[in-house]
Amino acid sequence: MLDVVVVGGGNAALCAALTAREAGASVLLLEAAPREWRGGNSSHTRNLRCMHDAPQDVLTDAYPEEEFWLDLRAVTGGRTDEALARLAIRESARCRDWMRWHGVRFQPSLSGTLHLSRTNAFFMGGGKALVNAYYRSAEALGVAVRYDVAVDAVECAGDRFAAVRAGAERITARACVLACGGFESNRDWLRQAWGRNARGEWPADAFAIRGTRFNQGTVLRALIDAGADAIGDPTQAHMVAIDARAPLYDGGICTRVDCVSLGVVVNREGERFHDEGEDFWPKRYAIWGRLVALQPGQVAHSVIDAKAVGRFMPPVFPGARADTLEALAGQLGVPCAPFLDTVRAFNAACRPGAFDHAVLDDCATEGLVPPKTHWARPIDTPPFFGYTLKPGVTFTYLGLRVDDRAAVHFGGRPSANLFAAGEIMAGNVLGQGYTAGVGMTIGTVFGRIAGASAAAAARQHG
Amino acid sequence: MSSAAAPDESPEAEAARQLGICNACRYCEGYCAVFPAMTRRLEFAPADVHYLANLCHNCGACLHACQYAPPHAFAVNVPQTMARVRRDTWARFAWPRALAAAYAHNGAVLGIALAAALAGFLALAAGRHGALWGAPATGSFYAVFPHGLMVALFGPVFGFALLALGVGVVRFWQEAAGGPVRAAAAGEAAGHALALTYLGGGHGEGCHETDEGWSLWRRRLHHLAFYGFALCFAATSVATVYHYGFGWVAPYGWTSLPKVLGTAGGVALVAGSAGLWWLRVRRHPGHAVAEHRSMDLGFVALLLLTGASGLLLALARTTAAMPLLLCLHLGSVMAFFLTMPYGKFAHGVYRAAALLKWAVERRQPSRLRLGGDA
Repeated sequence: MLDVVVVGGGNAALCAALTAREAGASVLLLEAAPREWRGGNSSHTRNLRCMHDAPQDVLTDAYPEEEFWLDLRAVTGGRTDEALARLAIRESARCRDWMRWHGVRFQPSLSGTLHLSRTNAFFMGGGKALVNAYYRSAEALGVAVRYDVAVDAVECAGDRFAAVRAGAERITARACVLACGGFESNRDWLRQAWGRNARGEWPADAFAIRGTRFNQGTVLRALIDAGADAIGDPTQAHMVAIDARAPLYDGGICTRVDCVSLGVVVNREGERFHDEGEDFWPKRYAIWGRLVALQPGQVAHSVIDAKAVGRFMPPVFPGARADTLEALAGQLGVPCAPFLDTVRAFNAACRPGAFDHAVLDDCATEGLVPPKTHWARPIDTPPFFGYTLKPGVTFTYLGLRVDDRAAVHFGGRPSANLFAAGEIMAGNVLGQGYTAGVGMTIGTVFGRIAGASAAAAARQHG
Repeated sequence: MSSAAAPDESPEAEAARQLGICNACRYCEGYCAVFPAMTRRLEFAPADVHYLANLCHNCGACLHACQYAPPHAFAVNVPQTMARVRRDTWARFAWPRALAAAYAHNGAVLGIALAAALAGFLALAAGRHGALWGAPATGSFYAVFPHGLMVALFGPVFGFALLALGVGVVRFWQEAAGGPVRAAAAGEAAGHALALTYLGGGHGEGCHETDEGWSLWRRRLHHLAFYGFALCFAATSVATVYHYGFGWVAPYGWTSLPKVLGTAGGVALVAGSAGLWWLRVRRHPGHAVAEHRSMDLGFVALLLLTGASGLLLALARTTAAMPLLLCLHLGSVMAFFLTMPYGKFAHGVYRAAALLKWAVERRQPSRLRLGGDA
């Protein structure tokens, strides 16, 4: 009988498969996608947040456990399991040599991301290059890989895993690792989770999915229905405000719009609704998806003037461009009078300061609600540009509760041979919020733990 | 121009569309010089695209790593698109302009050039020597074609090829606004050209051939072909100095400098060009451009024929086959010189110019101040 079946084909699944194989287990990996779409959301990632106590190759300075933990606690608002979070943090310091061994290459932080050079190790070529390296290593080590196999059911006898089913096919194994993502690609589930708001809208209908279309959450739903312990809130997710023209799936990184902190953001009614200059954009971009989702029509418009051009990462879609604010309002489809009132009020509230996008500068508004606390400069220099934004879901946080062996729990008891890694259990660490690269940290660390646990379980119960 | 719109018809516009996507992503920055050069720009005018296309070494790394590669609707394939633009730039800057069309029908052009050169030498040999078979008593090539005649034939053709390539690359440099060149930049560019740094994938493990795996074979085989060619050229140069400087007239012995250089160069050229042929026919269809197959393979075949016929000639100098082999060798060398400015050879010249432009450019401060670099 097969030792370990891994459900999923992204980073966590590959880390689990490789680790189980290294421990001597026979391993079959089932990827729901065809080969050309393999790798799930991992193909859209670019780095791994890493603890380190001294400079290491591409990582500058130090990022000790305590600082990483405080960052994680801050972004999650304390909605995290400290023991599991610290496990992920500590193991993040130890996984890169192993990643290199399997062909992953690192590079210094990319242009536009120097703020991450201390905390995040970038994959050369990005996540798809990492996925390619892992698949090559898996093939070389004798991991069996099958594409186009979408697991739709998991058979358990009580809390013991027995088999997975994909259509008519039944695959038995001594142990199983579930690493098949969240449910973000399942638009019906998102719709149901977000429900209907007071305006009568179904907000989730407006969402784009930034990553794979294959994370339907079928296995997650099946496990929850079978009595596995769930963790997290189905509306919590990594959510970014992205260009409204982004494709429904797989828009990835390039659909983000990075000029929010350089201008103002107005909603469909032409009104501001949040402090655009709260903090550096890379620390704030992951809250704006949710902010936009709460606005009427789940839409917003980032408006800048000529002063901002060349100061932010170039967006993939060209913005609306006009020589007057009136014309820009027309192009963006926001009501002209309220929009002009908003901009006038904002411009009048901007206090003189020394503009510096590299620091939390003293250009702030005075007496404005909501305020803009940094980088506030009047929108007064044509041409004006506008980018329409919508919420983009990267991945959902509702998942399966696990322990430090990555074991799936049933009624508070860990399963002896069923494990979970990656997005499907990220909610244990991420109750809400996000900090760059931590998804890959969780996937890599818990992937390796799940792979080792599964191999050990297969040996014990052989 | 909308970056994520449907693929465009013109290779330049299509490259600009794709670079708009790349510039918003930037994951491939570590692979080569194209992407760091891209990040110094917000828009991609034809001049920028021509420059970046010639900076691209077609290593394939960015295609296999691309989250937007086909079947993604964004359909980003930088190596293939750059290859299209690259050939178009060589045609655009070709001199005289009327010969630019040679790029579009390169297989035919190479074939005709080779046939004409062969026919010319065969006719000359038959006319002068009286027969194409039979060793001259002296075993000297000059008994078939006098030294002066060969100089009179090859000198002007080679000179014209250099002039045509020179005019083209100067036009390319002017369009790219390369700017003043300092020694450090020139040295760096020469180093990257001679080492083929950007066939290393950024990590030095090579480039892609058939799949996601890395291979150093293209770099090694290109080195063999390039340095083999250089050694053959050095052999001819040394022989020229011997001839005019010292009055030492060929044939030279096996241990003489021209012969050692020529033999080593010929072997390397044959091995390198045969290997490059082998790699080219096995290349992942996503990297190369199908319409360029005859240009790419024709060039490599001509190199192979030149090297192989030269080696055979050296071995069979005293046999009856010598006049025929001499015609074959001289015909292939002549066809090579004739088509130098109108075929794949141009890649080396334009690549070197693009590397120089990058070496100059990256020493200048960027005019962009993207907030994320704070």
